[in-house]
Amino acid sequence: MNVIRLIVSAGLRDLSRSRWLIGYALGFFVLAEGLFWFGGSGPQVVLSLLNIVLMVVPLVALVFGAIHVYASREFVELLLSQPVPRKPLFTGLWLGLALPLAGAFAIGAGLPFVFNGGGGAGFSALATLAAAGVVLSFIFSGIATWIAWTTDDRLRGVGLALGVWLAATVLYDGAILAATAAFGDYPLERPLLAAMILNPVDLARLVVLSQLDASALMGYTGALFNKALGTAGGAAMAGAALLAWCGVPYLMSARRFARRDF
Amino acid sequence: MTLALWFAMLIAAADLGRLPVDTIVVGPGGAVSAVTVALERAKPGDVVVVTAGTYREPTLVLRTPNVTLLGRGWPVLDGEGKRAVLVVEANDVTVRGFTVTGTGVSNLEDRAGIRARNASRCRIEGNRVYDNLWGIYLERSADCVVRDNDVRASGENQSSSGNGIHLYQSPRAVIEDNRIAGQRDGIYFEFSESGLTRRNVSEKNQRYGLHFMYSDSCLYENNTFSANAAGVAVMYSRGVTIATNRFEDAWGGGAYGLLLKEILGGEIRGNIFERNSTGIFLEGATRLQIRDNDFIQNGWAARVFADATDNHFAGNHFRANAFDVTTNSRSANSTFDGNWWDGYRGYDLNRDGVGDVPFHPVRLFALIVEQHPASLLLLRSPTVAVLDAAERVMPMLTPEALVDKRPLIKPLRKSVGNAGVARGAPR
Amino acid sequence: MIRVEGLRKRYGSHDALRGVTLEFRTGAVTALVGPNASGKTTLIKSLLGLVRPDAGAIFVKDTPVDSGGDYRRAIGYMPQLARFPENLTVADVIALVASVRSGERSDAVRDDELIEAFHLVREMDRLVRTLSGGTRQKVSAAIAFLFSPEILILDEPTAGLDPLAAAILKDKIRSVRAEGRTVLITSHVSAELEGLADDVAFLCDGEIGFTGTFDSLLHQVGERRFEGAIASLFRSKGRVA
Repeated sequence: MNVIRLIVSAGLRDLSRSRWLIGYALGFFVLAEGLFWFGGSGPQVVLSLLNIVLMVVPLVALVFGAIHVYASREFVELLLSQPVPRKPLFTGLWLGLALPLAGAFAIGAGLPFVFNGGGGAGFSALATLAAAGVVLSFIFSGIATWIAWTTDDRLRGVGLALGVWLAATVLYDGAILAATAAFGDYPLERPLLAAMILNPVDLARLVVLSQLDASALMGYTGALFNKALGTAGGAAMAGAALLAWCGVPYLMSARRFARRDF
Repeated sequence: MTLALWFAMLIAAADLGRLPVDTIVVGPGGAVSAVTVALERAKPGDVVVVTAGTYREPTLVLRTPNVTLLGRGWPVLDGEGKRAVLVVEANDVTVRGFTVTGTGVSNLEDRAGIRARNASRCRIEGNRVYDNLWGIYLERSADCVVRDNDVRASGENQSSSGNGIHLYQSPRAVIEDNRIAGQRDGIYFEFSESGLTRRNVSEKNQRYGLHFMYSDSCLYENNTFSANAAGVAVMYSRGVTIATNRFEDAWGGGAYGLLLKEILGGEIRGNIFERNSTGIFLEGATRLQIRDNDFIQNGWAARVFADATDNHFAGNHFRANAFDVTTNSRSANSTFDGNWWDGYRGYDLNRDGVGDVPFHPVRLFALIVEQHPASLLLLRSPTVAVLDAAERVMPMLTPEALVDKRPLIKPLRKSVGNAGVARGAPR
Repeated sequence: MIRVEGLRKRYGSHDALRGVTLEFRTGAVTALVGPNASGKTTLIKSLLGLVRPDAGAIFVKDTPVDSGGDYRRAIGYMPQLARFPENLTVADVIALVASVRSGERSDAVRDDELIEAFHLVREMDRLVRTLSGGTRQKVSAAIAFLFSPEILILDEPTAGLDPLAAAILKDKIRSVRAEGRTVLITSHVSAELEGLADDVAFLCDGEIGFTGTFDSLLHQVGERRFEGAIASLFRSKGRVA
């Protein structure tokens, strides 16, 4: 536990001075502030931010995360040559990456809402969006960590990270759209909902939408969607699935880290 | 209308000449303690004043024309959950200042709080019509005025509830400044043409805020229809004008800000459609001028079916809708010209305020959703954003069906939000 | 002090180590030499527990290295590449290693012999990303010696150091040997090992080609200089008459 705390605080100290992460936070700040500036109200700003969050947060977590892990390999070896077990060291390394990433996002995107009076009616939606961005930071930095500790070739690793990003944000839904069009005659509600659970980007999107009026749109397409997205229970389930997603890449890469040769 | 009023006054004057006019006062413990008795005694031209108290009597029926029923201190006419309360079956009757309540539920008869049957030129004004199966029911009664009434019910479902203000074969009615909530349909016109409906607030009704069928040449303006389970539906009518109303918060499957079905000719002008699953829905509607409306934060701002022909959208604002326009076909017979779209990304080189690139409001994704509703689950997915961007670069992806060749660069007006439309007269 | 028995390690189809058995004498400096990809780094990483061998055993102070990480308390390690988190200060890095080693939050040591000799005290509050490669290498060396470990494993320690710093480091190595500590050192520059190494272990293709004292190596190959002796080892692939 102590090791975890030490490594995490070193990671926070390191990355809080990272010009890339400061730029990342600043970018979100300017963006959200700008959306308010151009006359958006709370819920509208949340909707405009939603797509950017869904695209940018996984991209930065994956690419920055992978590059960061590759850059820290030698130092990790030095740490591993000290009398510490691997598992807590790994947990510390992951959290020391995920927390600054999530924090940079939360501060950058969140401050404009504080300055502009919380966005009024959209507060729960905003809080959900912020939470979704934070959770996505954790999930995709975990995936980046897994990629970097499984693929020794840096170039291939970063390429793989980009591939995962493209797949999760665009290709996956594209395939679903194509499948929906192809199998439109069959009842698709259940498989589609299942497919949403398998992609954290989709889950995050639906959790945020469920907090906006847009969730009522789903009422058009059937009782199951309505139940899954329009009720508190459904939103809670989706949130729980998203949290579970955090654990998947973490456990996978922790296992990999504990067994691999350096 | 003026002619009708003048005619009514003429008849009243003729009555005055014939018989002495009396005022009959009804009150608990007074000379006349039952409304029933007063109604039997009343002669044309008489005024029946009912003082405060609760009157539980068999259904009150007024068969004498030109009688004025006045409530003083909100007398309560109570049907005790067993019967219709007040029925007027004579012309030129005025009912004012009563609390009418307690028809109870019946599957056999359409019990109403106040019913005018074959009673032309009736005036039903300033009453409280609470917890009745039907509120105010005009049946074959022309030229009536229903004004400033408060019509409320707390019916649990559609089948145990009737409409707030119901018109059946009652032409040239004026329905104004009423507040209706919790009924099945707030206001319902059936076979009642040339009506004027204005400044009413109809909200939280179990089906439609406003519903009309087979009622031509009606004018609806400055009303607010809010949070009605199915929104507003107008059907099978011609020559309708719907202006400067608010249609808002009709959320859910089968709910429409304004559903137009088989409407022939008319004008939809200056209305605000805000936060509806579907703002305006055109099915078989023909030759409608839809102009200067604001569509804000709807799921679908406008669904225009292919069987809707010759409708013209101009000067409308489309802001923050999930979908601006959708249609069920690649061909469409309605036109868009000179609207403002928040999704428009064109330019204006000659600075005439009109974009140089046409705007296609029907996105490919909207069309897919129309054909495969389940794909709505991908709403606001980055993939859809990419699809939209691709359509901008490669216009051949975009359905050609509907196009605005002259999209506006700037909005024509500030979106009015909550201002500008009556929220109903203060009580 | 350190005993390696029958160590084997295979990466895919490549045999990095094929049955390495040797012993590092306590209180001696052992030069681990060999051509590129001969298995030196794999052997060092095995000693540190960074690489899990397929077969064989390693004992550090009679403790098998796969029985947990505690034995590493006795080891100071200087890796080949000195890379640290870019946005930490030198003090942060030193404090972090000290903390991890002791298990509790510690401050950066400043009054250490090497830190003073390398003039690192004035660099303490600089960010790593602003340091030259040589300075980073000095930090790396300082960290290896900082906790007075009984065993020092130095991978190319003088690479990137200026001659003065290299001399300081070699003095330090001699002085810890005089204290009876064990040093394991790899270097490409064999001239450097002259007068520093007591023993030589020569690795080639994952096997031990020669192991013995420096003097016995000179005697066997008939050379007077270390550089020449190593060169002849490389030529003969370690097969000494």
